[in-house]
Amino acid sequence: MSNPLIQIEQASPTGEWEKSKPEFRKGTWCYSATPQNVGYLGMPNPRQWQPSDADWKLPENWKQILLKGMKERLDKFRSFRLFMDICVRCGACADKCHFYLGSGDPKNMPVLRAELLRSVYRRYFTISGRIFGSLAGARELTEDVVKEWFYYFYQCTECRRCSVFCPYGIDTAEITMIGRELLNLIGVNINWVLDPAANCYRVGNHLGIQPHSLKDNLDFAADELEEITGIRVDIPIGKKGAEVLFVAPSADYFATPHYYTFLGYLALFHEIGLDYTLSAYASEGGNFGLFSSHELMKRLNAKMYEEAKRLNVKWILGGECGHMWRVIHQYMDTMNGPADFLEAPVSPITGTRFEHARSTKVVHIAEFSADLIHAGKLKLDPKRNDHWKVTYHDSCNPSRAMGLLEEPRYILRNACNNFYEMPESTIREQTFCCGSGSGLGTDENFEMRLRGGFPRANAVRHVKEAHGVNLLSCICAIDKATLPTLLDYWVPGVEVAGVHELLGNALVMKGEKPRTTNLRGEPLAIEEKEGAHA
Amino acid sequence: MRNKVVGALIGAMIPACAGLAAGASGGLRLPISALVSYAACAAFLVGICLRVLRWAAVPVPFRIPATCGQQKSLEWIRSATLDNPATGMAAAGRMTAEVLLFRSLFRNTRCEVNGARTIFSESRWLWIGAIAFHWSLLLIVLRHLRLFVEPVPAPVLIIEQIDTCFQIGIPRVCISDIVFIAALCFLLWRRFSDPVVRYISLCSDFLVLWLIAGVALTGIVMRHWSRVDVAGVKQFALGLATFSPVLPASVGALFLVHLFLVCALVAYIPSSKLMHMAGVWLSPTRNLANNSRAVRHVNPWNYPVKTHAYAEWEAEYRDKLQAAGIPLEGTYVESTHTN
Repeated sequence: MSNPLIQIEQASPTGEWEKSKPEFRKGTWCYSATPQNVGYLGMPNPRQWQPSDADWKLPENWKQILLKGMKERLDKFRSFRLFMDICVRCGACADKCHFYLGSGDPKNMPVLRAELLRSVYRRYFTISGRIFGSLAGARELTEDVVKEWFYYFYQCTECRRCSVFCPYGIDTAEITMIGRELLNLIGVNINWVLDPAANCYRVGNHLGIQPHSLKDNLDFAADELEEITGIRVDIPIGKKGAEVLFVAPSADYFATPHYYTFLGYLALFHEIGLDYTLSAYASEGGNFGLFSSHELMKRLNAKMYEEAKRLNVKWILGGECGHMWRVIHQYMDTMNGPADFLEAPVSPITGTRFEHARSTKVVHIAEFSADLIHAGKLKLDPKRNDHWKVTYHDSCNPSRAMGLLEEPRYILRNACNNFYEMPESTIREQTFCCGSGSGLGTDENFEMRLRGGFPRANAVRHVKEAHGVNLLSCICAIDKATLPTLLDYWVPGVEVAGVHELLGNALVMKGEKPRTTNLRGEPLAIEEKEGAHA
Repeated sequence: MRNKVVGALIGAMIPACAGLAAGASGGLRLPISALVSYAACAAFLVGICLRVLRWAAVPVPFRIPATCGQQKSLEWIRSATLDNPATGMAAAGRMTAEVLLFRSLFRNTRCEVNGARTIFSESRWLWIGAIAFHWSLLLIVLRHLRLFVEPVPAPVLIIEQIDTCFQIGIPRVCISDIVFIAALCFLLWRRFSDPVVRYISLCSDFLVLWLIAGVALTGIVMRHWSRVDVAGVKQFALGLATFSPVLPASVGALFLVHLFLVCALVAYIPSSKLMHMAGVWLSPTRNLANNSRAVRHVNPWNYPVKTHAYAEWEAEYRDKLQAAGIPLEGTYVESTHTN
């Protein structure tokens, strides 16, 4: 594959990393957050600036703020303190990072990304660093270092692939999260993170879609589903006393191809007669706070339990989203729990008690649907997906911060006849990020996204060539938003879909009309006859 | 790069030269050696304790295991007991595999980018080198117990017997020594020859390797060539252990070089990356069970935050909610609902 735009080269690094500086080349960084968004969220130092400016207009005492922030976090996060101390620089993590593989920039090796912070840690927080300086691997904290932090902490998608291979479990996601949290203290942040966060805080979802528009969109979805299946579904919003609150990433109702997955959910809920409700207040599953600071993550996440309590539901069902599930699985109960006003989730259809979610009271829709299929509650016709040759992309967070690997595969195997796995080193816990996670999926960062997505695209290309794969399925809203462009560039001819879109296609609904199209409105490989599933 | 290597070498030469100087210091030989040994031991013990206590004093606010296999969810799906532990016991198992077998490193792959293609291959060399290095080092340290304890404990004798089972040379060549030197050479060679590892290396990475190499070299020379007076060394070691140090004249300067290098190494451990030996036990991505949805994890410093509460939100969007026919919270009054 010869590509005129991006050359992927792996050259041996030379010189000394301590002395090199990042070049803020267009296409490799994201625009700064607008003062409106920073101000709205009540975060420090709102101002007009851009990373390409020479002067970043940092507060006068920026150095003091950063060092104080570091000290605080060294005393609050064992992960941070430990990971500053125990790296042996064995290099096992180096070629695990998609950004390093795609950019060849040695500072994208996880070990060096962390050294950017470690060198400062040594200088200001260890005796040997204070005495021996650079000999002990210590560096002064300068404005150049701040710029370097910004450049590289926004070239990490917090995907945790390196952590899987690290002999001490050093997790670059922790490093990046703390690094970004520090930068936020002096007002160095990006708009692609803070804009959705501010919208989510203010209105309820990333795009800032207000309640009436949300309602319009849902009505439209019901119309469309009716056109395809002949069945009118009811989409309750804010229904008190429903059994289940369903929270999905808002892209599911507003963006394609997410939208087809949403149609899949609707068809499924109708078919099994689930007593559920959506919420306009908690209309966002995603949480861009995770990409900014622990505090902002908590502030945004609080809505989910608050709404579940207000609506008096029994438990929460979560849609297909990657980082949303990192927050739900590893942070939500700790931050905003205990959810003692909810009940341990039980599937009203199969009676299965989701023991593993008994405290958080949130079940992943792939767990829920896999259980339905296993209990024989769904009638599926996988032939309806025969025009697809499907592969499955594990999203970073559900795989490495949860271990949700088999459930979506089980659904796929039941809903599709043609399912092919990508190579072993690129799936499950070794999965490669789409390259646009953690708030980096913006257009001005396009070159870096293509580079970061290169290893994933390569694995897709492999199954495309070997099996004729033409559809990549996944359970992450950021994947769905960014992989289509990425694949268009690297592997044209492969589309992207959610797992529940495929389930929705295959789902035989009671009283439906013969389907002529899939949920996308595209003709089926074989048109169905009346009574085909009688 | 050269500065780092040479700087580290000079750093490692200091204790070696100090050892030589001490050896030539006549009457001061004993007090200096004893003092250095005690100081190093104290620095080691106090340093390690402080460092570990410091880590332990910092809370683990969130349950953040890196999961490397299927979670325990639905009954009929087989979960990865060790790689994605659901219980504390299973997490202990995961840690055991990590500490004794270097589980994560075993997973290592190599990815090369070759003309817009990624090529993956298994890459176990680092794992082999690391396992060989650490296990043989453990055996060597255990064998050294024979110098500190009288009578020599049976397990130590057994280890030695197995270690010398090739029965080559007098004194017998130890397998662990050979493996250790081979692994050390491999790790040094890797740090020099692999451009990536060379690039990320700090001066301190070379320093520990030079120190260890110095210790190993002097030890082997003493055992096989200069034939140190083992009985004398044992007298010195037992003397240290019973706080009545003696240093027989038969124990030469080479031993003191070996001793001073060991002292430098152990004293350096608490402030060096070698603390990974203690730190690995505390790593929150490895030592926690992945059960955060089943059992609530408590963050000791969890604090209230400012949120956009429902009542406030409803007040802002009341008209729009009404127009869309979305039910309103009748009983709520503006901004009485606080979080």
